[in-house]
Amino acid sequence: MTATEARIDGVPARMSEVAESDARLRRLLHGLPGVDQVGAEARAAMLATRSVKAASKEQALDLAISMVDLTTLEGMDTPGKVRALCSKGLRPDPTDPTVPAVAAICVYGDMAALAREAVGDRLHVAAVATAFPSGRASLAVKLQDTADAVANGADEIDMVIDRGAFLAGRYLEVFEEIVAVKQACGAAHLKVIFETGELRTYDNVRRASWLAMLAGADFIKTSTGKVSPAATPPVTLVLLEAVRDWFRETGVRVGVKPAGGIRTAKDAIRYLVMVKETCGDAWLTPDLFRFGASSLLNDLLLQRQRMLTGHYSGPDYVTMD
Amino acid sequence: MDARLEVRKTYKLFVGGAFPRSESGRTYAVTDAKGKFLANASLASRKDARDAVRAARSAQGAWWGATAYNRGQVLYRIAEVMEGRRAQFEEEVARAEGISARRAASQVDLSIDRWVWYAGWSDKIAQVLGSSNPVAGPYFTFSVPEPTGVVAAIAPERSSLLGLVSVVAPIIVSGNACIVIPSLSRPLPAIALAEVLATSDLPGGVVNILTGRAAEMGPWLASHADVNALDLTGVDDDGLATEMEFAAAETITRVLVPPRKAPDWAEQPGLDRLRFFVETTTVWHPIGV
Repeated sequence: MTATEARIDGVPARMSEVAESDARLRRLLHGLPGVDQVGAEARAAMLATRSVKAASKEQALDLAISMVDLTTLEGMDTPGKVRALCSKGLRPDPTDPTVPAVAAICVYGDMAALAREAVGDRLHVAAVATAFPSGRASLAVKLQDTADAVANGADEIDMVIDRGAFLAGRYLEVFEEIVAVKQACGAAHLKVIFETGELRTYDNVRRASWLAMLAGADFIKTSTGKVSPAATPPVTLVLLEAVRDWFRETGVRVGVKPAGGIRTAKDAIRYLVMVKETCGDAWLTPDLFRFGASSLLNDLLLQRQRMLTGHYSGPDYVTMD
Repeated sequence: MDARLEVRKTYKLFVGGAFPRSESGRTYAVTDAKGKFLANASLASRKDARDAVRAARSAQGAWWGATAYNRGQVLYRIAEVMEGRRAQFEEEVARAEGISARRAASQVDLSIDRWVWYAGWSDKIAQVLGSSNPVAGPYFTFSVPEPTGVVAAIAPERSSLLGLVSVVAPIIVSGNACIVIPSLSRPLPAIALAEVLATSDLPGGVVNILTGRAAEMGPWLASHADVNALDLTGVDDDGLATEMEFAAAETITRVLVPPRKAPDWAEQPGLDRLRFFVETTTVWHPIGV
């Protein structure tokens, strides 16, 4: 593992060499072992049956809250909505100061300045860029979109890959786009969204994961939340296996962010079990695992209240988003 | 031999318009009045109760949002469907309560008529319980009854069908959703009723039926912050009733306490039950002068 002079930040030269031609890239990606679909689904389902005892559950709930990227990505987002979301992110349960803050606020690029103003440097501000959610725009527009979001104060950029190019097999094009966006990010962290619901097969998901990590992604993320199916346990398992294998290969830790469709505390805890069993404790931190979600936070708070008070709580006791 | 295999029925819970088994996987044996085995019924757990509350909460908004006229039509429809299946109800009630076929038939008659009676009330509640109020000022003010929300009810132990209907109908007619624990020893007519509710245009989740022990689920329902009112009509144990009242007070839940003496369900019910599960909202409206 002699990572000398990386062509791309954080990616050893040995790995980034393959990206010199479409053919070499294809050979690498298609040379990855195929994903056993039935096996992945069975493994994810099996991990979901793990029993989590009360004391562990308390910890898991707090950890999950601290991993939430509290998200609003609607055409009807208003400054007021974003500000409200920011204060909720800072203090998820106003009646209980022991609740940790969330990891980040995730908004569209034009709202990033507002979010940054509201949270200061107490939370990360993630902005979606590169013509989210479709990714259908020219590279120039995507780069401008990214630069704008960074200038507005975002310190994390969630980009979408060009699924059309990926499915057509133009891997180098996708690769170069990620590299270019990564450069436009500057110091900001880059999360690469695959929209796994559109990639059709787990093999494609594994290839996309490696492609993004080769190009220097800091995080790989399942979905935009605009396409169904969004994050599913098996797809997240494939991502987790990819970052684990990448770490073994290069010594670099890449983060994973399932997004969309995770609504209950129970689901969130199942994901945490999967993270621990696949990647180990090192990944159980908001720096390496995030939930892209909005309604999940309320359910986590309800479960937390339930554990604290001993009785079931209800939606009247959390804020409406 | 041309003997046909007996088709046995599985008695399950009724939650959110579906018929799930208990999350706990438990069942208990139900016997008739003479102690002869009838069937296994699901023994619901507190997690089933929690799921039922969630189903009731998500159904309540739309049920209240439906017009009073429409709610009346649905309640009437329940009566119609019950009428079509009265033979089944008569048999279930006769077996469960150990009464003659004639008396069972009269219980079923009364149950069906009770639905019709409450159906008629649906669009008259506002006129009778609401008012426009005289005030000394340039305002028009009026008061309207609104449903309390999600109601958890313990149905009477002895009257397996008529008692159950008499508890559920006044709760839902005004736009509440309910979770009801039917008679523990005589639960089968309740599940037959669930089959009627599921096919009567009643939105799933407005009525949820959990067969099982009130002593087990009751305190959890009482303390649940998302339950707005509690009907303890079927709680015979004073200790349990007190425990549930305490738990309910913690989360500010309205409580209809158990009656001092067992009610005669055959009597005309009056408006007391219906009135208990509505809240009066008063609106002040400035008028231009």
